[in-house]
Amino acid sequence: MRIHGRGGQGVVTAAELLSVAAFREGRFSLAFPSFGSERTGAPVVAFCRIDGRPIRSREPIVEPDALIIEDVTLIHQVDLFAGLGPDGYVLVNTSRSFEELGLTGLVERFSPERLVCVPATEIALEHIGRPLPNAVLLGGFAALCEVVSLEAVAMAVRERFGRVLAESNVAAASDAAERVHQHLKEWSRARAD
Amino acid sequence: MLEQIEGSRAVAKTVARCRPEVVCAYPISPQTHIIEAIGALVRSGELARCEFINVESEFAAMSVAIGASAAGARAYTATASQGLLFMIEAVYNAAGLGLPVVMTLANRAVGAPINIWNDHSDAMAVRDAGWVQLFAETNQEAADLHVQAFRLAEELSVPVMVCMDGFVLTHAFEQVDVPEQDLVDAFLPPYEPRQVLDPADPVSIGAMVGPEAFEEVRYLAHVRQLAVLEQIPVVAAEFERTFGRRSGGLVSSYRAEDAEVVVVALGSVLGTIKDTVDERREQGERIGVVGITSFRPFPREAVRQVLSAARQVVVIEKAFSIGFGGVLATDVAMALQGLPPEVVSVVAGLGGRPITTVSLRRVLQAAVNDRLPPLTFLDLDEDLVRHELERMAATRRSGPTAENLLRDLGVPSGHIG
Repeated sequence: MRIHGRGGQGVVTAAELLSVAAFREGRFSLAFPSFGSERTGAPVVAFCRIDGRPIRSREPIVEPDALIIEDVTLIHQVDLFAGLGPDGYVLVNTSRSFEELGLTGLVERFSPERLVCVPATEIALEHIGRPLPNAVLLGGFAALCEVVSLEAVAMAVRERFGRVLAESNVAAASDAAERVHQHLKEWSRARAD
Repeated sequence: MLEQIEGSRAVAKTVARCRPEVVCAYPISPQTHIIEAIGALVRSGELARCEFINVESEFAAMSVAIGASAAGARAYTATASQGLLFMIEAVYNAAGLGLPVVMTLANRAVGAPINIWNDHSDAMAVRDAGWVQLFAETNQEAADLHVQAFRLAEELSVPVMVCMDGFVLTHAFEQVDVPEQDLVDAFLPPYEPRQVLDPADPVSIGAMVGPEAFEEVRYLAHVRQLAVLEQIPVVAAEFERTFGRRSGGLVSSYRAEDAEVVVVALGSVLGTIKDTVDERREQGERIGVVGITSFRPFPREAVRQVLSAARQVVVIEKAFSIGFGGVLATDVAMALQGLPPEVVSVVAGLGGRPITTVSLRRVLQAAVNDRLPPLTFLDLDEDLVRHELERMAATRRSGPTAENLLRDLGVPSGHIG
């Protein structure tokens, strides 16, 4: 999977946390950043491979199964969806909908139940008091595609951060997971109707 | 214990468990995380009886390592790229003085133009300095090679450089079984220097040697490297007995026994190559992989043995000798003298350009069909090169080409204003 964001948003940390979460669940994982200009605000990409067997390939992920987009304004700068197959998962950090973002075409290209917006920055501000969407998005991601569990994400966050910061991040991640579950429930209900 | 950990941190923890007494380093990407983490272990007291010396440059880093080692301390440093080049005089001296310094080289391209990303130009620049150069394929191997490096260095009185791909390994999170302290202690006895500097009993080292004996001194350095060649498999075997896993050795071989085409490479790209080879094997192509773990000393006999049955040997290398071609391919071809395999060089991954499965697939297909020329450059942007060649033909001008290429690509260049 591929994580897009900007320098300072914790994109690299998110990939690392995801790899730790997968490791905690007994799987092999490899997280690595794509280094460019190391400046706050510059586009940053990080990668994470998760597998049931040892991972040998170290090439950047050009055909991801899933995307996390930490900053939706990148859409004008970077080909965020490059290589994503029609069954790909997309989790976007935004308080708006795909329609409001002018991304209706995207919904048609991919499976709609696999495209979810979650206001991760707002959730982070509420729980952590700082605009750090990365661990929040991992909570949402755990709910969206169940590659890792929310519990494993929480474990990875607790390993990485001090108690106070870890607990607020875990609370924020759980909040995001809940919202994604809610969204998916509404979607399947709407579909049944 | 298995941990999911950044390569740099795994190396730092491993180095700390080797109980160095002096660590001196100057930060440079992509080595920085390693020495920061060791610094933190010294400060916290977890790495006890170790002096961490902040130096003002890489030249000082290696000079302090030389002084510390000569005084009888186990000495460690780490660097990359321009940092290595800045310390190069002292790098030769450490080897010439026979001091068992261990250094991590977080492989990175050498400028100009400035480039912080991974290739092997830095390691190749010092291949003749008299150091042992070991290349790690994974972060597990990078960690394990450091434990073996101190053993080899101190047993044979020779400095050892552990080369690990910058960013690709140093900044990757993967699972590593960081060598346990009690096992490291069992494997690596305390350093017993052959001589120590003692003010009460002064000696001088670093003699001037004239034409009467310089060749002999150099020849003996070569003999010592050949002894290292004998010792590397012994140390790797003992490592396996102690730690229960294989790491290090002279060369590694993967599906090469019946292979018509064998790909040879150094370092972390071997993983991506193995995946591609598995895929080609499913198509019925007989392709194998050989990794060179010990680049210096070069394992001529081991290379001959493992490659002799191949029809073609494709050396994929992240550096080349400008004006000639592949460095590793030259060594491999020399080792295969008198044997049938044809050796070709594919220069790839310079300055951090990713080596992808798609491109490797194309190279392997060309190799299987005997269509690889002696020297190729993987994924070379032919148009970009042609434009610049045309410009150069139109206007004779001295100076750099980098800015022109960036302009053609539409990338903001480094010029001011």
